[in-house]
Amino acid sequence: MDSIVLQFLNGLDKGGAYALIALGLTLVFGTLGVVNFAHGALFMLGAFCAVAMQQLLTLSVQVKDESVTFFDAFKEVPYLEIWLGDFGTSIIAWSVPISILLAIPAMLLIGWVMERGLIRFFYKRSHADQILVTFGLAIVLQEIIRIWFGANPIPVSAPPPVAGSADIGAWLGLGAGVVYPWWRLIYFVFSAIILAVVFGMLQFTTYGMVVRAGMRDRETVGLLGINIQKRFTAVFGLAAVVAGLAGVMYTPIVPPNYTIGMDFLVLSFVVVVVGGMGSLGGAVLAGFLLGILQSFASMNEIKSIFPGIDQIIIYLVAVVVLLVRPRGLLGRAGVMES
Amino acid sequence: MTDRKTRLDTPLSRRSILKGSLASTTALGALSLTGVAPLHFVSQAWAEEQPIGNFPSKTSGPSITLGFNVPQTGAYADEGADELRAYQLAVKHLNGEGDGGMMNTFTPSNLTGKGILGKKVEFVTGDTQTKSDAARASAKRMVEKDGAIMITGGSSSGVAVAVQSLCQEMGIIFMAGLTHSNDTTGKDKRRYGFRHFFNAYMSGEALAPILAEEYGTDRVAYHLTADYTWGWTQEESIKNASEALGWKTAAAVRTPLGAGDFSQYITPVLNSGADVLILNHYGKDMVNSLTQAVQFGLRDKQANGKNFEIVVPLFSRLMAQGAGDAIKGILGTTNWNWSLQDDASQAFVKSFGQEYGNPPSQAAQTCYVQTLLYANAVETAGTFYPPEVIKALEGFEFDGMGNGPTLYRAADHQCFKDVLVVRGKENPSSQFDLLEVVKIVPRKQVEYDPSIFGGELGPYIPAS
Amino acid sequence: MDRSSARNDLLLMVVFTAAVLTMPIWLTPIGAGYPDLLQKFAIFGIFAIGFNILFGLTGYLSFGHAVFLGVGSYTTVWAFKLLSMNILPAVVLSMLLAGVFALAIGYVSLRRTGIYFSILTLAFAQMAYNLAYSVLTPITNGETGLRVLRDDPRVLDHMFGIEVGESLPTPELFGLRTIGYEGFYICAVFLIIAFFVAMKITRSPFGLALRAIKSNQIRMNYTGFNTRPYTLAAFVISGMYAGLAGALMAVTDPLAGAERMQWTASGEVVLMTILGGAGTLIGPILGAGIIKYAENIFSAFNEQSLHHTFSFLPEPLQNAAVSISTMFVGEGWHLTLGIIFMLIVIFLPGGVMEGFRRITRWARKPPAPRRAQKIQTAG
Repeated sequence: MDSIVLQFLNGLDKGGAYALIALGLTLVFGTLGVVNFAHGALFMLGAFCAVAMQQLLTLSVQVKDESVTFFDAFKEVPYLEIWLGDFGTSIIAWSVPISILLAIPAMLLIGWVMERGLIRFFYKRSHADQILVTFGLAIVLQEIIRIWFGANPIPVSAPPPVAGSADIGAWLGLGAGVVYPWWRLIYFVFSAIILAVVFGMLQFTTYGMVVRAGMRDRETVGLLGINIQKRFTAVFGLAAVVAGLAGVMYTPIVPPNYTIGMDFLVLSFVVVVVGGMGSLGGAVLAGFLLGILQSFASMNEIKSIFPGIDQIIIYLVAVVVLLVRPRGLLGRAGVMES
Repeated sequence: MTDRKTRLDTPLSRRSILKGSLASTTALGALSLTGVAPLHFVSQAWAEEQPIGNFPSKTSGPSITLGFNVPQTGAYADEGADELRAYQLAVKHLNGEGDGGMMNTFTPSNLTGKGILGKKVEFVTGDTQTKSDAARASAKRMVEKDGAIMITGGSSSGVAVAVQSLCQEMGIIFMAGLTHSNDTTGKDKRRYGFRHFFNAYMSGEALAPILAEEYGTDRVAYHLTADYTWGWTQEESIKNASEALGWKTAAAVRTPLGAGDFSQYITPVLNSGADVLILNHYGKDMVNSLTQAVQFGLRDKQANGKNFEIVVPLFSRLMAQGAGDAIKGILGTTNWNWSLQDDASQAFVKSFGQEYGNPPSQAAQTCYVQTLLYANAVETAGTFYPPEVIKALEGFEFDGMGNGPTLYRAADHQCFKDVLVVRGKENPSSQFDLLEVVKIVPRKQVEYDPSIFGGELGPYIPAS
Repeated sequence: MDRSSARNDLLLMVVFTAAVLTMPIWLTPIGAGYPDLLQKFAIFGIFAIGFNILFGLTGYLSFGHAVFLGVGSYTTVWAFKLLSMNILPAVVLSMLLAGVFALAIGYVSLRRTGIYFSILTLAFAQMAYNLAYSVLTPITNGETGLRVLRDDPRVLDHMFGIEVGESLPTPELFGLRTIGYEGFYICAVFLIIAFFVAMKITRSPFGLALRAIKSNQIRMNYTGFNTRPYTLAAFVISGMYAGLAGALMAVTDPLAGAERMQWTASGEVVLMTILGGAGTLIGPILGAGIIKYAENIFSAFNEQSLHHTFSFLPEPLQNAAVSISTMFVGEGWHLTLGIIFMLIVIFLPGGVMEGFRRITRWARKPPAPRRAQKIQTAG
């Protein structure tokens, strides 16, 4: 029982990350008709917003370690600690939530530049061309990050009050020692909020209505005299922000390095397609479904029956879903089928 | 004209002719198309020696070329960059530039500081991408196109084994870089392959007694193991060593390589009855699984009335940086650490630190030492003829390379030396000060019978 | 019309053959004229030609073609282990088994179209890769890769009284070595045959049907034309091409690793084909060449060799040139590759072949109509 609850939480957590990435991807598919292989890179850039913010906050006086003679080794004392004392220390400790403030404008800007500077020239081009150009872009972005931040993972810590684990065993009346990291609970709640905000925007604002209409029938909306182009640029920015925030919040869970976006790229496509092309709800549903199934497939009891199942479960589910439901869980006919 | 040597952009044949005309008799022989094929080449000096690999076609000019094959892209790129720095330093020292580093402490040494056998040492580099195919392609390029007479480097066991067997076929000596699997000098050992780095078995034998000393003999361990050959040999070695001291094993769970999020493997540990978690992971997997295990509160946990402990059998300072505070207090082993105070280590750290402004990693040390050892073996043999060089390395006993008295065992080409048991430092005094040495486990304690892993070295003269 | 296109094909074939066979000569000045890279050009050329039969003709974008490459390699090494070091049985078996895999995967995946098809093929390939890396290690030797061992059975060789000596046996073709330049020429012959077959397929009624499917499958179905057997045949043929490429990889270097089946390998052949020009005969081979060249040559530069390259410049300029160019070569070769992808697709929709078409058009046509055409494309 304990292990099932814990694995379910793991699944929600993974699912939250998958859903956030897939949501942006499917938005861009649905509105712009672009296969964006650089979407993983947006997640990665978001993660590095957190790294950059942390490095900014920990700009330091370097106190040389005199015991080391052959090169400069130093202990770093951040200016914030010197100027503000304990308050400075706690600002640094909260760098991840603070970097959300940086990430939103930064990702909006990056998304805007990407869309205006490159993606818009590819609306009418073949999917093959879109794949090539966005894949090239992803490589370029990731190499720029490597040149600046190196190839090693960079540790980013969660704020101290939520760095440890919550005693969820006590909350749920389970056995002792059933704990779950605070940050992962926060991540799940955070992704749920973001998803709710995005859906709310699309559902209840006129703006969202136009975008949804555009996803259904682009030409007609265009004929109605609405500048759909401008709104689609905004959609791309929104997708970039969602991916970026997913990346920011993920850093305390997986120390980011420059390949973290590529690691998510294939998976996010699988999620989107299993959910059904052009379906936002489908992407979210598939994200959580795959996350949860992946967690349960990794349980020792299941692995002992099907060795290696945890390594292939996502793909196995993808195959089964696509064979049973031709257009994924909630897909519509005619989107990216030719 | 004579010592200007453009490579990479210069075609094989032109350079060969250039070199050949310098060594007057070889002009036609060096035009051989393959560079690996038998050359029907006879010179007075090595009349009894048949051509092997790039010998003698590429060893008769005024300079010789070494091939440094390191990961330049992917997760191990920084480690590869450090290896490359060490190689460049070694080349400098061999050519008599710089302060000489460990050449001053290495005994018994035949190194002269005038290149190798009086020939200037040059080098070419390549990217393994930490993939066997790419590593082999890169090694072939260095041998076929650039005329490398020795290949060295690498940052994973799969790559080391793959390149090593290729080198055996091509008749090129391979001095392995960072590779820790038992297989490299066990069931996949090769006559042309040599490993200075320690292996998983040694990690287990060195670490287990310390674990028993620190955590007691009444412990139950839970293994998370990277699901590929290195992980398995690591798991087996530490399991055997710790069980021999009274530990029990609750479970050994395989995790996919590059899983990223390990939460689904960590939660079952919580109530498994285990009180130690052993992470048989390396690189990014280690950084992620360790970070996450600490987040799950395993280090604050009590189990079976004891403090729960985490162990990382193979530590790398470079990668451990990625785990941040999570490594504090964690026990593991390492091949070498820059904080060692012996003369040789100090000489190397000084030389490396002054050149690059940071301390060398364990990967850098092993790569540097391997280059010097190869050069010394050639000097000892008095020829580049691979079988003679191999014989000079086999059974070679040396000291002054930072690991104490060391033996290159003839039976499996594995170096036997002291093993460092280290712990993540609680209060680092600088950004490089991550590991403290708990104990230098004497070489005697980690020696084993070469027959336990099987494998065969193969012939001195490869088929052509 | 027919006769002239047949004559053009013959001309193309002759030029292609000559170009391939003289590769060691004309690639040497750019540093690519060494056996291993030449072999890779030929092998990945075959892979890309085969991929193009599926993608270029039918428009079905498979994102899991590397699985057939892996199957080909594993089969070849197993044939070396169990049957004979002669490459013929190995190559034939590899193509057959890759064909069987393609039939099974294609039969399932072709029930869907568009991106659903792509993800199905991707899923199959990733499952194969993950299993080969870990659970299937008894068959694939996992991370280390499957290799030939001295004491393997090799029944056929034993039957014919071929015994191994002290060292590892090497693959051969009736006494001809398969490494070095001999290995390249073996691959080159396969490449030429593969190209010829691809050309025949493209020109055949079958090829026409495939292209019709690409332009409008639904209409084809309405006319009562069952497209599935055609697409499946194209899928199997292209899988067998990949199997051949995988077999040749193991022939020239008897090791088969799981990473050959990873999605990055599948993605690589997609990129090769699009980069060169999907749907053209030569394009995919050019794309394969560009990517392999970048991988092997750009990555080989280091600071020292750059200093040599720029040694004609005065010292400060030289240092500046070196520090700028190190970003793009050596460990930065990925950056160069990414920029190449972007530049080519931005300026040459339709890949490198589009560039050639533009050049020939420019050379043939007088300036005036060309301007008119430009306006047309802009609008």
